[in-house]
Amino acid sequence: MDRVLETSAANCHPLSIPDYTPLADLRALQLKRLQIVVERSWNKVELFRKRMDERDLDPGDIRSLDDLAKLPFTQKSDLRDTYPFGLFASPMKDVVRLHASSGTTGKPIVVAYTQEDVNVWSSVLARCLAGCGLHHGDIIQVAYGYGLFTGGLGAHYGAEKLGATVVPASGGHADRQVMLMKDFGVTAMCCTPTYFLHLIERAGEMGVDLKQLAIRAGVFGAEPWTDSMRQYIEKASGIEAFDIYGLSEIIGPGVACECRRHQGLHVFEDRFYPEIVDPATGEPLPEGQEGELVLTTLSKQAMPMIRYRTRDITRILPGKCTCGRTLRRIDRIGRRSDDMLIIRGVNVFPSQVETALLDVEGTLPHYQIVLTRERGLDQIEVQVEITPQMFEDKIGAMQEVHARLQKALDRVLGIRAHVTLVEAHSIERSEGKAKRIIDRRTS
Amino acid sequence: MKIKQISLFAENKRGHIVSPVRLLAHESIDIRALYLADTQQYGILRMIVSDWQKAAETLEAKGFTVKVTEVVAVEVGDQPGGLADVLAALDSCDVNIEYMYAFPRFRADKAILIFRFADPDAAIACLQAAGINVLASEELLK
Repeated sequence: MDRVLETSAANCHPLSIPDYTPLADLRALQLKRLQIVVERSWNKVELFRKRMDERDLDPGDIRSLDDLAKLPFTQKSDLRDTYPFGLFASPMKDVVRLHASSGTTGKPIVVAYTQEDVNVWSSVLARCLAGCGLHHGDIIQVAYGYGLFTGGLGAHYGAEKLGATVVPASGGHADRQVMLMKDFGVTAMCCTPTYFLHLIERAGEMGVDLKQLAIRAGVFGAEPWTDSMRQYIEKASGIEAFDIYGLSEIIGPGVACECRRHQGLHVFEDRFYPEIVDPATGEPLPEGQEGELVLTTLSKQAMPMIRYRTRDITRILPGKCTCGRTLRRIDRIGRRSDDMLIIRGVNVFPSQVETALLDVEGTLPHYQIVLTRERGLDQIEVQVEITPQMFEDKIGAMQEVHARLQKALDRVLGIRAHVTLVEAHSIERSEGKAKRIIDRRTS
Repeated sequence: MKIKQISLFAENKRGHIVSPVRLLAHESIDIRALYLADTQQYGILRMIVSDWQKAAETLEAKGFTVKVTEVVAVEVGDQPGGLADVLAALDSCDVNIEYMYAFPRFRADKAILIFRFADPDAAIACLQAAGINVLASEELLK
């Protein structure tokens, strides 16, 4: 990229000015916002109030940012248990948008936004893009799925807020994506990193050299990816690749993003307060130590999240970034503290597979989830051991069993998993338990 | 007149038929008729054996998924038209065949047809009324 690297509020994109807030002012702002959001949750969210009461706490007990550690955690199961609207702090008439993502069982988790929440979301996403060196005048193609998933619409609103030209391509149709990139002179792409790998390959097959196109940046998220993947992408396509982080429960993409120094992801901590805790005990860990990321939304109205357990393992990087931002950075996320799998940006839990199998068969057969990567795209196969109840000696009847399993998994997972029936006892057991997940994806 | 057939599930992979067949040999169980129905992923091995109970027990003890079903065996002359006569008889009684397989030259000039019917009793009555020789288990296994 040819633009001068920004180093302070004086030469940054106007939207990025909050990124350079002096530390004392930032901390004061965070405390003020924390007190307001705790008060709001306490008044409006029954579950939160109950948990505060159990600890003999009320909003007046939050006198410093350190007091955050006294507050109860929120976790994914809370969203599931209060499905669909139990954690809302705004009446539905003030909610302008709902999104949903897959939870640990068949029911999704639901998240809500007021107009102000949508504005904040757009502004943090725009700050992400600005930090990646994108501006008014850029043409940004959004190839995240549009719909209940937060990726597509989140990136879309952020890119518009930035003043860029948005190409809302949504997911799929790789040939068309490559055609749009070429014909529209697209300068940046927002999608999952594995989908971009797929586009690189498709472009090659179509005889399109991405290095000759106008595209110069990719903002990739919704799944963990590695530095070696980044090197491959940058070499194969000639772009600069950025890691963006977010989760629907907090707001969607836009919680944190890399700047052009690529030394960790800046958390937009004037909006989302990060803590690192021991995943086993929940005790806060000192700066620099690796643990589970816990986030508190500091200004969210429709659905505030107090100390949300992300299950993502990272650390807060010590020291200041040479870009001059005062926002703290987290390390790139490589793993999680639970068994959630992220496949093509979609959250998949082994327990969802169990739910589907149980629904169909009434008993749980042994199964194994096999993840592979074909042509840059993650593939999921579910191998199911045949049981005497399932087994029929007619091919047609077996095909019906297979189709029933396939349908149940499609319904629960939201992405296609290929079902394979295998012989009884053919899945390897260790200490009596089948190994549930075989990950053959290599980065 | 119904005959017990054992079916087992086998993945469509090299070597996956050998071990059950070897197990039966080890128990001195004779396979009198056998058919492998296969799909791209897996196969169903159907067998009529000299001792179906022992065969099923042996295979299940070794972890195979086994199903015992009832089939009907018919003996026909091993000559052109032998099969057509049987099928025409079944068709005239409106009997539905779920699947079938055949063993030519089962005995000198006789062929054996194995059928699975949705309603085997109705099928046996129909075949016998048409003068077709439905084999009892002992006849097939002797």
